[in-house]
Amino acid sequence: MPKVDLARTSLRELNQTLHGLKAGVNETDWEVVNPKGSHAVAVGVDAPVTVEIKGSVGYYCAGMNKEATIVVHGSAGPGVAENMMSGEVRIKGDASQYAGATGKGGLLVIEGNAASRCGISMKGIDIVVKGNIGHMSAFMAQSGNLVVCGNAGDALGDSIYEARLFVRGKVKSLGADCIEKEMRPEHLEILAGLLAKAGIEDAKPEEFKRYGSARKLYNFNIDNADAY
Amino acid sequence: MSYHNPPTVPRKSATFDDYTLSEIRRAATTGIYDIRGAGAKRKLPHFDDLLFLGASISRYPLEGYREKCATTVVLGARHAKKPIELKIPITIAGMSFGSLSGRAKEALGRGASLAGTSTTTGDGGMTPEERGQSKQLVYQYLPSRYGMNPDDLRKADAIEVVVGQGAKPGGGGMLLGQKISDRVAAMRTLPKGIDQRSACRHPDWTGPDDLEIKILELREITDWEKPIYVKVGGARPYYDVALAVKAGADVVVVDGMQGGTAATQEVFIENVGQPTLACIRPAVQALRDLGMHRKVQLIVSGGIRNGADVAKALALGADAVSIGTAALVALGDNDPVHEEEYRQLGTTAGAYDDWHEGRDPAGITTQDPELMERLDPVKAGRRLANYLKVMTLEAQTIARACGKNHLHNLEPEDLCALTIEAAAMAGVPLAGTSWIPGQNGSF
Repeated sequence: MPKVDLARTSLRELNQTLHGLKAGVNETDWEVVNPKGSHAVAVGVDAPVTVEIKGSVGYYCAGMNKEATIVVHGSAGPGVAENMMSGEVRIKGDASQYAGATGKGGLLVIEGNAASRCGISMKGIDIVVKGNIGHMSAFMAQSGNLVVCGNAGDALGDSIYEARLFVRGKVKSLGADCIEKEMRPEHLEILAGLLAKAGIEDAKPEEFKRYGSARKLYNFNIDNADAY
Repeated sequence: MSYHNPPTVPRKSATFDDYTLSEIRRAATTGIYDIRGAGAKRKLPHFDDLLFLGASISRYPLEGYREKCATTVVLGARHAKKPIELKIPITIAGMSFGSLSGRAKEALGRGASLAGTSTTTGDGGMTPEERGQSKQLVYQYLPSRYGMNPDDLRKADAIEVVVGQGAKPGGGGMLLGQKISDRVAAMRTLPKGIDQRSACRHPDWTGPDDLEIKILELREITDWEKPIYVKVGGARPYYDVALAVKAGADVVVVDGMQGGTAATQEVFIENVGQPTLACIRPAVQALRDLGMHRKVQLIVSGGIRNGADVAKALALGADAVSIGTAALVALGDNDPVHEEEYRQLGTTAGAYDDWHEGRDPAGITTQDPELMERLDPVKAGRRLANYLKVMTLEAQTIARACGKNHLHNLEPEDLCALTIEAAAMAGVPLAGTSWIPGQNGSF
């Protein structure tokens, strides 16, 4: 397994190397050591390879990921996996603000907790958080699924569009136009699939509640002005 | 002899003029604020308030159409491996697919490429029509991130991080449901027919320190090849330009309040931001104070109409200008040939601004298939190219008269102002005096 030591190799060299990997490459498993909170580690990867990062990272790790599986054996700073298109990003520790922001696809798994604005403006990504998430999570979330095995902070799903939110614990408060919705069989099936993909075995789909859009703010109406 | 009482001539209020009265009635009837496109329509201090001082004895002019006056500009040489080189210092501003038809975007690309300049995507992603016809295309990285993906990022020639725009600094976008076709909805990952709100702020960064890291990420994803622009609405140009430079921008775009938008609240367009003229001097001063003038390029936009505006913006220190509304007019927007249809829409050619309703007779600001067909992208592109070339020739003519062999050699000393306000804003003397309000201890 090729190893890149960020104490000896520059971030630029690392990312350039990863960008040079294409589908069918022989070296599919990479290890990055000594990230020491560096920003923009393994951003823009576009190949079905695995990158194991041994340590914590700063902002925007795995940003705009396509195809790759990126595992952070530590915690991640703000904006991890922002605008991810496909593939999988897994954070063994905690994630800071804006985890999975605007993500279009793929799976983001956070085995610890996520801070505020997790899944903000998500556009198709699936996010599974084993712990808790902070306030204003899934703000303006358009599509995709956010699964929270712990608790959610204030204003969950404010101004939400069509994303599905599944929370096992307590929700401190719901944001504008976000309501609890019926958990139908198809939702239980989706949730079971996501938990299985995330490797979470100690949570059952029946323990979760589903939240989503009341769709009252989809078209402007002066009678809803109090909600804006 | 007796006099009967003469009648008083009916007098309308200057405060409650006909337009204001109609707005009050409209608001009372509909219960919603007016939404429209384009930029500020009120009378504002503008480039018309400045004049050039052609050469006589103290300055030596160049021969019109004989002696060379160069127009090229390089954007983004600060950090990018592949800076943008343009033949003319007039670019096409970001306008979204969704707001504009695919054919309109194609026409913009064709026109700009013919004239040797760049186009810019908008709040809706990159379309094949636009990329296919634009020799140089700037990809906007917007708060909404509609359609944002790394493939298009890599296809772009430059990346513009949009923090704000002149028509609505601090405001988000609104694309009403009437224009959300299947294609637009798919690109934006939202249901068809709903009012699509665009965020007013980026979801994954909050301040200048974060912006610096965000720019690092974009550079890393694109291997440091592409120039990074940062676009701000003209509100606090000195500080916003300084912070954009600090964050690592290769190019800063300052969009004054005459800059257009696809759709937002009329009250916002007319009451938030600063006139374009007022934004240039502080923006240039910020670059000078940082020792970055001409190293980080400044693009100015918002109400640029002709070669004189271009020359004046450059004389005040801009490296290039950008046009949006004027480019749409060049394509055929608001053309009197459609007057009958404009009247049916309750307006008139030259005043049509309900672009969000999607019923544009010119087929430009619409997603209606029949209306879109009206725009011939080849002919419209040719019109835009003609217009860009005329603007360039006009600016060159003025520059030669000021003795300059490159448009970038124009300087504030080539200008005077017609009003005290314009003199103060632009930092040039009031005509007939050496007085620059606010400078040399004078107020």
